[in-house]
Amino acid sequence: MKLPTPLIELEKLRVDFGGSGGRRVRAVRDVDLTIYQGETLGLVGESGCGKSTLGRATVRVTEPTGGTIRYLGADITTLRGAHFRQTRAELQMVFQDPFGSLNPRRTVADIVAEPLLRARRTPRPEARRIVDDLLDQVGLGREAGTRRPHEFSGGQRQRIGIARALAPAPTFVVADEPVSALDVSIQAQVINLLADLIRERGLTMLFISHDLGVVRHIADRIAVMYLGEIIEIASRDDFFAGPAHPYGEALLSSVPTLSRQPRRERIELTGDLPDPAAPPAGCTFHTRCRYAVDRCRTEAPALTEVAAGRQVRCHFPLLPVKGPA
Amino acid sequence: MSGETLLEIRGLTVGFDVPAGRLPAVAGVDLSLRRGEILALVGESGSGKSALSMSLVGLNRGPGAHIGGEVLFHGRDLVTAGERELRGVRGKDIAVVFQDSLAALNPTQRIGDQVAEMIRAHRKVTRGQAGRRAEELLGEVGIAGPAQAARAYPHQLSGGMRQRVMIAIGLANDPAVLIADEPTTALDVTIQAQVLRLLTKLQSEHGTAIVLITHDLGVVAEVADRVAVMYAGRIIEQGTRDEVLFDPQHPYTMGLLSSVPRVDGPAVARLPAIAGNPLTGVARPAGCAFAPRCPFAHDACRAEMPPLRRRYGGTAHVDRCVLDDAARTRARGALEVLAP
Ligand SMILES: Nc1ncnc2c1ncn2[C@@H]1O[C@H](COP(=O)(O)OP(=O)(O)OP(=O)(O)O)[C@@H](O)[C@H]1O
Ligand SMILES: Nc1ncnc2c1ncn2[C@@H]1O[C@H](COP(=O)(O)OP(=O)(O)OP(=O)(O)O)[C@@H](O)[C@H]1O
Ligand code: SF4
Ligand SMILES: [Mg+2]
Ligand SMILES: [Mg+2]
Repeated sequence: MKLPTPLIELEKLRVDFGGSGGRRVRAVRDVDLTIYQGETLGLVGESGCGKSTLGRATVRVTEPTGGTIRYLGADITTLRGAHFRQTRAELQMVFQDPFGSLNPRRTVADIVAEPLLRARRTPRPEARRIVDDLLDQVGLGREAGTRRPHEFSGGQRQRIGIARALAPAPTFVVADEPVSALDVSIQAQVINLLADLIRERGLTMLFISHDLGVVRHIADRIAVMYLGEIIEIASRDDFFAGPAHPYGEALLSSVPTLSRQPRRERIELTGDLPDPAAPPAGCTFHTRCRYAVDRCRTEAPALTEVAAGRQVRCHFPLLPVKGPA
Repeated sequence: MSGETLLEIRGLTVGFDVPAGRLPAVAGVDLSLRRGEILALVGESGSGKSALSMSLVGLNRGPGAHIGGEVLFHGRDLVTAGERELRGVRGKDIAVVFQDSLAALNPTQRIGDQVAEMIRAHRKVTRGQAGRRAEELLGEVGIAGPAQAARAYPHQLSGGMRQRVMIAIGLANDPAVLIADEPTTALDVTIQAQVLRLLTKLQSEHGTAIVLITHDLGVVAEVADRVAVMYAGRIIEQGTRDEVLFDPQHPYTMGLLSSVPRVDGPAVARLPAIAGNPLTGVARPAGCAFAPRCPFAHDACRAEMPPLRRRYGGTAHVDRCVLDDAARTRARGALEVLAP
């Protein structure tokens, strides 16, 4: 392995939402995270834990409340105007809600071409060619370019979003559930396409997904989030060999599998679901953790390195007995 | 599973006018749904699953949309039923949980009010009662702090929270038939397990019949009683869970099963995908719609559309493929479809 170069560095990144009825949600709570050039970091976690918000803030689709974002060493947290326009073209996002993020009045070709024309200032004929090629590559076919988003199925819309994000040849893409609406065969095609781009163009990706099978196939490292915080970071193989955080353990045990026999040992998460506007004291997972003891209810664990390249936020990390020396 | 038939779909077609002509989104589907069963509808993206489910309660009527065939529910044909009659059925007898929550929820109304409104549309309850029931439903689908969350607007919720709001709306009136279009795609697997438990509880305790549209074959394996696989507007294979998932007969189904990325077993560098693109235009080939992508296609496949009927496999197992038993066995081997 080459010595990894950081592409994106998040430092104490924070996003607060002032919600209805005095409900202030700290969606992203002081996240420190480094994403290295050419890697795919898989981001998983409970629904509502802040994955999309973290992804959006990283490319400044949502403005962070605090902290810093560095891109190739330069602070881009408050960059504006023409400087930011250039950077914007390099940092792209595939949105989780394909329909909500596609302008219903424009044709698919216009939607996909937009970041090329606006941020990259690509001449129209060349943009046209790039768009046609991308529509073919994502399996929609170039003819789809003349139609409008509402005429497409959920999975087809999702591919429009992927084509749009890839159009300006970005260096970094936040892909928020990019294949969740695709049947497994088209999903395999799109994942293989992304894998090719990663290899050929050195694309770096933050890949958000609930599908652990997909994450296992595309990600080099895995980050797990819970209530606005990163609670585990591990290499792909380490994570799938056995998560070190009790939440990760429950997550992996709940993956529905294609087997004739109904599921064996699933760790059911019981206990109170924490309200993101009022996170529990101590370890935020203690209300549902099957290993919790008194210390967990009062003292918040820090994200701690427990093995090479592996960090966990738990007082009692679950580690293999014969761990690396 | 020998409940009475609740919903009988016969020769259903849905066509959309597009610049190039009429797109056959659903090209003749026969399907019956029994009380208390979970039928999984799987298939290619764009194969007509959502169009089919929306047409059952007339949700995609409109200029440029053409719906034909019959949907029989308690002796009534919902395809020809008037809008007034449908409004009485929708959300009460037959509820649909939509795939796209951001498009389906009203952005300017608090989510608690949207759930309560569905309750009040079909029941004589006070505003307060409906509001309390709405909060209860939000809690049942696993939304934390339901009383607080009820006051939020859709854009203030995460994708998975919105999806659960859609499920809560679907369950609001204890429907006899629930059509859930990708209800758990935006949910992490622990909350997904909770929602699936809720669905199976409805099925066993209330006899609710559920059509579960999903791409997740693991979910299908966990909860479905029967499975129908769609390709290009038609059902190409149908049978019990065990028949379809563990003894697939159609090469498209075999291809799907071999493409599933798994969390166990060896990690592969490249996922097996079915080569070629699905049909998206208005034109359809004369024979089997899958022939242009099928690695096992030969001349007989291109001659005419194979009818949906029992050929090999279990007694309830039907498919649309001309291959003989030996060729199917070879195909399963070539695609390395996991042995049961
Ligand atoms: N615009 C907003 N206004 C107020 N609160 C918001 C807003 N966007 C998100 N939130 C809240 O922030 C929290 C995190 O939401 P986010 O969408 O990042 O979750 P997520 O991890 O992506 O979930 P999912 O897996 O369901 O997509 C949630 O509690 C959500 O309600
Ligand atoms: N309003 C519309 N106008 C024109 N074409 C449409 C319209 N709605 C759907 N279609 C087309 O009909 C076909 C079936 O779409 P449908 O949404 O039913 O697919 P689906 O099976 O639900 O796919 P997915 O799994 O991606 O959600 C697609 O080719 C789609 O492009
Ligand atoms: S710190 Fe305690 S409560 Fe939190 S995950 Fe670890 S064992 Fe469970
Ligand atoms: Mg999200
Ligand atoms: Mg659909």
